[in-house]
Amino acid sequence: MLANNEIFETVKMISDQNLDVRTITMALSLFSCIDSDAGETARKVYEKIVTAAGNLVRVGEELSLEYGIPIVNKRVSVTPVSLIGAASGGYEQICRAMDEAARAIGIDFIGGYCALVHKGMTDFEREFIETIPSAIASTEKVCCSVNVGSSKSGINMDAVRLMGVKIKELARLTAQKDCVGCAKVVVFCNAVEDNPFMAGAFAGTGEGDRVINVGVSGPGVIESAVAKIPDAPLNELAELIKRTAFKITRAGALIGAEAAKRLKCAFGTVDLSLAPTPKVGDSVAHILERMGLESVGAHGTTAALALLNDAVKKGGVMASSNVGGLSGAFIPVSEDIGMIDAVRRGAVTIDKLEAMTAVCSVGLDMIAVPGGTDAPTISAIIADECAIGMINNKTTAVRVIPVYGKAVGDVARFGGLLGEAPIMAVNKYSAEKFIARGGLIPAPIHSNKN
Amino acid sequence: MKAIVTVIGKDKTGIIAAVSGELSRLNANIEDISQTVMRDYFVMMMMCDVSKSEEIASIAQKLTDLGKKIGVDIRIQHEDIFNSMHKV
Repeated sequence: MLANNEIFETVKMISDQNLDVRTITMALSLFSCIDSDAGETARKVYEKIVTAAGNLVRVGEELSLEYGIPIVNKRVSVTPVSLIGAASGGYEQICRAMDEAARAIGIDFIGGYCALVHKGMTDFEREFIETIPSAIASTEKVCCSVNVGSSKSGINMDAVRLMGVKIKELARLTAQKDCVGCAKVVVFCNAVEDNPFMAGAFAGTGEGDRVINVGVSGPGVIESAVAKIPDAPLNELAELIKRTAFKITRAGALIGAEAAKRLKCAFGTVDLSLAPTPKVGDSVAHILERMGLESVGAHGTTAALALLNDAVKKGGVMASSNVGGLSGAFIPVSEDIGMIDAVRRGAVTIDKLEAMTAVCSVGLDMIAVPGGTDAPTISAIIADECAIGMINNKTTAVRVIPVYGKAVGDVARFGGLLGEAPIMAVNKYSAEKFIARGGLIPAPIHSNKN
Repeated sequence: MKAIVTVIGKDKTGIIAAVSGELSRLNANIEDISQTVMRDYFVMMMMCDVSKSEEIASIAQKLTDLGKKIGVDIRIQHEDIFNSMHKV
């Protein structure tokens, strides 16, 4: 029998602390859509998405009412399009078909305009990457990711160099909207195949035909828990975060399993990432500040984040045997009100964020830099982040937005859940010659495990 | 199927009557009730069998409307959400 305090704890988490299921993402295999004719491939892609995920939004809304928990986003991820269009070319046509399908079924985003080039690039993958700026700028709902490194294979510096150039091009094409196109592109090291979060979601080639992956969130719930024991030693704090993460994950696992059943899909993973939004009471930065930091970015931030990230993972792993995806704390700048404030007061720099990414999930996320930042500097930021991921056997990513016409002190406004970002300074010294070398940074010695 | 109704709001006369009346009209059988007033705040939990009533989603809408009318927050949720979060 349930105790009253347990019931009211759940109600309070949902009503006051912004507990929600951040996303239900259906991962769809598009291998059956491959055709030698680009128009035919695009038509099959549209058909497959509309047929397989046509009920996704309705089922999400039903579950939300039945279980009384908000489900914020309904999304679809697909097999990396660089592979699906390899035989036909016409990548942009496929991208438009994805966008139209996403609109037709009413989902928020569709991910999988993706290439995996962590060791080398084929001609068709190079052709695919060339299309990224115009494909992403001319569509609304399509998200793009490129995996340029892995712990096993090293870092493909030719791809890193190319992505710096493409991000700048995309920024130019969407300059009128504060270069928001770049918010839909992420560059990965060690990309995971079952991530439900955008912009990096794609359906891995090792996955099944139709799989439901769920992303749970709840920074506000963790913050409220931390606030209850303001003076407790950190091991007690870790224990409390762990127990709270357990409850959040259980809610997500229930919704995921039920969604999979109703949509006749396999149930994939629960990603228990703490994903902030620009709302008050939904901030990862505020959790760190509740732990005792005057401002996120202060010395001690990396240690606090390491504790938080690990405790969330431990609670989640106990709660579900389907834990996957990225699973940890996200630290995007523009999507977290506490992070935005910290940048404004000068407490957080890009260098501190880079250190934080060594201990949390993902990486340098939703960071706006001056419009004058050149392509080699963006490539160098990506290379640094990939090195952290490669050496530490973890996923790292870069989603950076060079905002044309804006400089340090200005603010880029993206709107909605993407929020707004004060422009952050980048190091003024050049890495151009280093990036121009290209080639491969070899995999670390400890990758040799066979 | 079991569902849990929670009612929270400023205490006044007739809350239980209004909520249980609506549940009766919706053919939801109340199996357990617990209610208290904490510092002027009315807090109630009801366990209901809704197997013979409409979908929880449509009951939820009606209870939300009633809540707005009488000035309290009323929710109905499938019991599994509580069981999964609080029971190992």
